[in-house]
Amino acid sequence: MPKAHIPKLAVWKFASCDGCQLSLLDCEDELLAIVGQIEIANFPEASSAIVKGPYDLSLVEGSITTPHDEERIHKIRKVSKTLITIGACATAGGIQALRNFKDVKDFISVVYARPQYISTLNKSTAIADHVPVDFELRGCPIDKKQLLELISAYLGGRKPNIPNYSVCMECKRRGTVCVMVSQGKTCLGPVTHAGCNALCPSYNRGCYACFGPKETPNSPALSSWLVEQGVEREELVRIFRGFNAYAEPFRKESEYYEK
Amino acid sequence: MGLMLTRNLSAKKANTMKNKTIKIDLLARVEGEGGLDLKISNGIVKDVKLRIYEPPRFFEALLRGRDYREAPDITSRICGICPIAYQLGASHAMEEICGVKVEGQLRALRRLIYTGEWIESHVLHAFMLNAPDFFGAGSVIQLAQVHPEVVKNALRMKKAGNDIMVLLGGREIHPVNLRLGGFYKVPTKHELRKLLEEIKWSRQAAVDSIKFIAGFDFPEFSQDYEYLALSHPDEYAILDGRLVSSKGINAAISEYDNYLKEEQAPHSTALHSHLKDGSTVLLGPLSRFNLNYDRLSPLAKEAARGIGLEGGCNNPFKTILVRMIEVIYAYDEAERIIEAYEMPESPAVEVIPRAGTGYGATEAPRGICYHRYTIDDNGIITDAKIVAPTSVNQARIEKDIWALVQANVSLADDNMKFLCERAIRNYDPCISCSTHFLNLKIERD
Repeated sequence: MPKAHIPKLAVWKFASCDGCQLSLLDCEDELLAIVGQIEIANFPEASSAIVKGPYDLSLVEGSITTPHDEERIHKIRKVSKTLITIGACATAGGIQALRNFKDVKDFISVVYARPQYISTLNKSTAIADHVPVDFELRGCPIDKKQLLELISAYLGGRKPNIPNYSVCMECKRRGTVCVMVSQGKTCLGPVTHAGCNALCPSYNRGCYACFGPKETPNSPALSSWLVEQGVEREELVRIFRGFNAYAEPFRKESEYYEK
Repeated sequence: MGLMLTRNLSAKKANTMKNKTIKIDLLARVEGEGGLDLKISNGIVKDVKLRIYEPPRFFEALLRGRDYREAPDITSRICGICPIAYQLGASHAMEEICGVKVEGQLRALRRLIYTGEWIESHVLHAFMLNAPDFFGAGSVIQLAQVHPEVVKNALRMKKAGNDIMVLLGGREIHPVNLRLGGFYKVPTKHELRKLLEEIKWSRQAAVDSIKFIAGFDFPEFSQDYEYLALSHPDEYAILDGRLVSSKGINAAISEYDNYLKEEQAPHSTALHSHLKDGSTVLLGPLSRFNLNYDRLSPLAKEAARGIGLEGGCNNPFKTILVRMIEVIYAYDEAERIIEAYEMPESPAVEVIPRAGTGYGATEAPRGICYHRYTIDDNGIITDAKIVAPTSVNQARIEKDIWALVQANVSLADDNMKFLCERAIRNYDPCISCSTHFLNLKIERD
């Protein structure tokens, strides 16, 4: 019998904390099964055995923040048949996109005594701002079950089952009582993309939007309700300026309340 | 990517009597991205540069203007492998400013989740990043083809650490349940006890695997190291303690800046940390083990005795063994905390803001992770300084490479590259952390 084609997987890193690609190594129960179905061809964090491209599936972590990376992502797109971005940095610019609201020169001088050695762009941007992306997996970090679903769907040639409704739906499903209604906590669940299985509310904490905006979020309605509940405008700016601060619906919201 | 050898055009043959540059462009099996440049002239090492080109993310700058309660969650995003080190370092500093001390069962739970981080990080490094070196394997997947049971058991040991992280923190990476003053929600006794079975199985697996690892072929190598670690009178320090070194430092965490200073090197986006006299210190498992050996658990000490490390360990290539001794200790400590657990009445102590400056340092898997913050009366952060352990170890790694390359200067480039990569991996460098890191180039003319 002829050997079936084993797809080649590449994992790429840009500005990030490594957490999303680590999610793959955190699949302790499934890792050995995955590598039977897909060849880890380029994954420097896990392997020094690098197989040349092109690659069938590229997972991209991190945001674009340097002139060098701005060029590198185009080369990666060229050698990737399917390119999927993983995590808040790659899909929205990440926490490092907080620089986008300030002058980056001020940021450099806080951290580095000799800014002339530092080469960086004014803005931290999502991968999709630079090259076409086939699918975006959200989260800070991504959820490993969603990553497994994505890889399984890719291998099966089907659409991944990754819902884009809000965290509120997940709370209802798991039977968590609303922390905003019952405990008066500030919660971004109504405007935040599902995927974590409503983790924070299950720990008596309001959602802080690791997964970024859901599809068509009504952020202004949530903001005005929070203002009525006594949340200060400055606090509202900070709430929307988290790990997905530069995702458009959140960016607009924080800019509105900053004025 | 991979190894790129660039030779000076005047050197027709690569031999030790000529000048040459050897480069490793992208170091594999380390967290984050960096490289190494070596310059060798007439058989003498002229320069070693650990190049860190991980893009800077400016955490200290973006923390300014944020609320004091946000620091643990924001700083955890410095590193996906050791988020607890950042969450707790930041929490301790803020609590110090606000005059709060978290004690009793809440402190014990903090220590418990930290054992989970030590286990998942150390087992990941020992088996998935470091062990393949001893088998000429490129990855743990290739290692699994030769030793499938070893890899399966390692994955299960790692998972026992992650199970602690998930139960107490909500998830393995960037846990959500930690806050200033403690937790959002504390587990019941029954929930915690469910962890015990896997902890006990994994501890035995770790004891068994340490004998397997002790049989590896370790290069003989040592330097005159100054070990620096936190030291606590009653426990193997993880959460807190005094800064203690093998050459006489004994200081409070708040005095950190009096001893270590950061400098910027042109080849790196990670700041280099040195002692004020310019000398280097070593942080991490070797330091903790050599300075705090007597506070290890009986089983961890027995494991050390069983492999001849009772008097300490000065060979960085054997750090993998020390990591596994610490893993055994972490399982022991996790069990002890769970057995003694009583659910506290409140999940957190209230932390009310007041203006001031505070300090926090904990023992991350790679060594001391230091935080300093200043906040105003409303709790708004006006200044932040964070020093990741790899920033301090970076200078020490360069010195190790310098000595190692000089002692083995006649090695062929490929073998030299491999030896250097191994020496770097001894430190389990976290490049994402230090840039807040690594590729090898060797230059021989």
